[in-house]
Amino acid sequence: MSTGIEYNPRARRGLVSYFTDPMTELGSVVLRSLETLGDITLFAWQTLKWLMTRLPNRETLYNNMYQIGVLSLPVVALTGTFIGIILAVQSYNQFRAFGLETQLGGVINRTMLRELGPVLAATMLAGRVGSAMAAELGTMRVTEQIDALSSMGANPIQYLVVPRFLSCLLLIPSLTIMAVFCGVVGGAAFCIFHLNIDMQHYSRNAKSFVETWDLIYGVIKSVFFGATIGILSCYRGFHCKAGAEGVGQAATSAFVQSFVMIITLDLFLSIGLDQIYNWIWPDSLMLPKV
Amino acid sequence: MVAAKNILEVSDLDVRFGRQEVLRDISLSVPVGQSVAIIGESGCGKTVLLKTLIGLIRPTKGHVAFDGQQLDKFNDQQLAQERIRFGFVFQNAALFDSMTIAENIMFPLRQHHPEEARGHSEEMHSRLAEVGLPTSVLRKRPAELSGGMRKRVGLARALVMHPEILLYDEPTTGLDPIMSDVINELMMRTRSNNEVTSIMVTHDMKSASKVADRIVMLYPIARLEDDEPQVIFDGTPAEIERTKDERVSQFYHGEAGDRLEEMSEGLV
Repeated sequence: MSTGIEYNPRARRGLVSYFTDPMTELGSVVLRSLETLGDITLFAWQTLKWLMTRLPNRETLYNNMYQIGVLSLPVVALTGTFIGIILAVQSYNQFRAFGLETQLGGVINRTMLRELGPVLAATMLAGRVGSAMAAELGTMRVTEQIDALSSMGANPIQYLVVPRFLSCLLLIPSLTIMAVFCGVVGGAAFCIFHLNIDMQHYSRNAKSFVETWDLIYGVIKSVFFGATIGILSCYRGFHCKAGAEGVGQAATSAFVQSFVMIITLDLFLSIGLDQIYNWIWPDSLMLPKV
Repeated sequence: MVAAKNILEVSDLDVRFGRQEVLRDISLSVPVGQSVAIIGESGCGKTVLLKTLIGLIRPTKGHVAFDGQQLDKFNDQQLAQERIRFGFVFQNAALFDSMTIAENIMFPLRQHHPEEARGHSEEMHSRLAEVGLPTSVLRKRPAELSGGMRKRVGLARALVMHPEILLYDEPTTGLDPIMSDVINELMMRTRSNNEVTSIMVTHDMKSASKVADRIVMLYPIARLEDDEPQVIFDGTPAEIERTKDERVSQFYHGEAGDRLEEMSEGLV
């Protein structure tokens, strides 16, 4: 006979469980996160090991390079141009208030080279390519294509991950340089032709603020971003849960996690690279050579 | 008469995914050339068993020996080499979407013998003819083929390396009765032409009785007594018809019994 009172295990355990249950849940979340981190590290290690052991199939590599590099160029160029222009729009009034509008070129170029170029190219790559890679590999996992590869004696990491990882790693510097170039040109064009800043002053200041190190700085960052996107996206695809929802989640989490890692890495790389700069050139204060 | 050598031996096999027990205490010996059907309810671990046999899933306990070698002790590279001797036909064929049918069929050969693969269109055509497909499908993508054609391409791909043992995962699921029987005939013809050992996972009793020499039935662990082995039947198709075990008989005849009530009460 039903009493009409539903059994609630938490109510029965009383006040102690009120405090211990959240701790238990927190503990399991921490354990799961550590497990995932360990899994990603092993996955990255396997990828690097296969990269060193055997070169990927040339046809697969070129196909991935085309998808990842060539098809990303238009969107990276377009967003780079707009970011350069937006930087000019946002900075112009403040610089003008101090009569420093001719210095805009230096700010735009340096910001594009060191920060916005690499981060923008990486974000576009994570959004356009990372989530697509996770969805593609996720679908292959769900439809047993990855198992089929293994069953035929092929290594899925060597066959599927290495070409994608290598394409991300090799092509992101070019995409970054393209984003920077378009941002610099877009910003300069807007300042000179729309804001009527004197071209000679603009270019002299633009050059004086920027050095080769800034380009190296941006490219080094981009390589780390590319490796992170490649590994995280492929990992998410490989560990996709069953069904259409699983594939969707893999694609979303590939982008979100890549983006969070890009921002986090950006901070630590900026600090680290500045320290390296100060160590190599201790007398320099990173100020423009006017 | 000398008994045929066992090509595959499974002993005391357990598989767990985290806390979930999927396979319990499976022991099985398959002689060379035998055709075995593994039957059982959905979710009882048939596909997991098939994938454990080829090393796609590592056992939690127990051993899988293929041709006298313990596969569960092999590392990934050794397993990859040994898998050339297996052919695996997946439930939904698992053809590579990004490749044409020709590329799919030649994939294993290209992977292991790239030089040979270049001049081996004869091999591809003979495999295609063996599964009864026209050469016009070679340039198509898997998405352009019907379910039955995809399964036949999957079989052609599994045969291209001349395997010693063929594993079929629900080969007739999702096909109409005629196409199901075509696949049954193909499995029988493949077995006699290539002299391979076959292990098939299926729900289709008609297919199991027609193709297999031996039927092994797994029972869901949740329904077993503590420590009871998961294999509840191991015999010939003739024996399964006469079995007195109600659990086996219920599955064989496809009777719901009191399952609906159990499901409504949340017991299953």
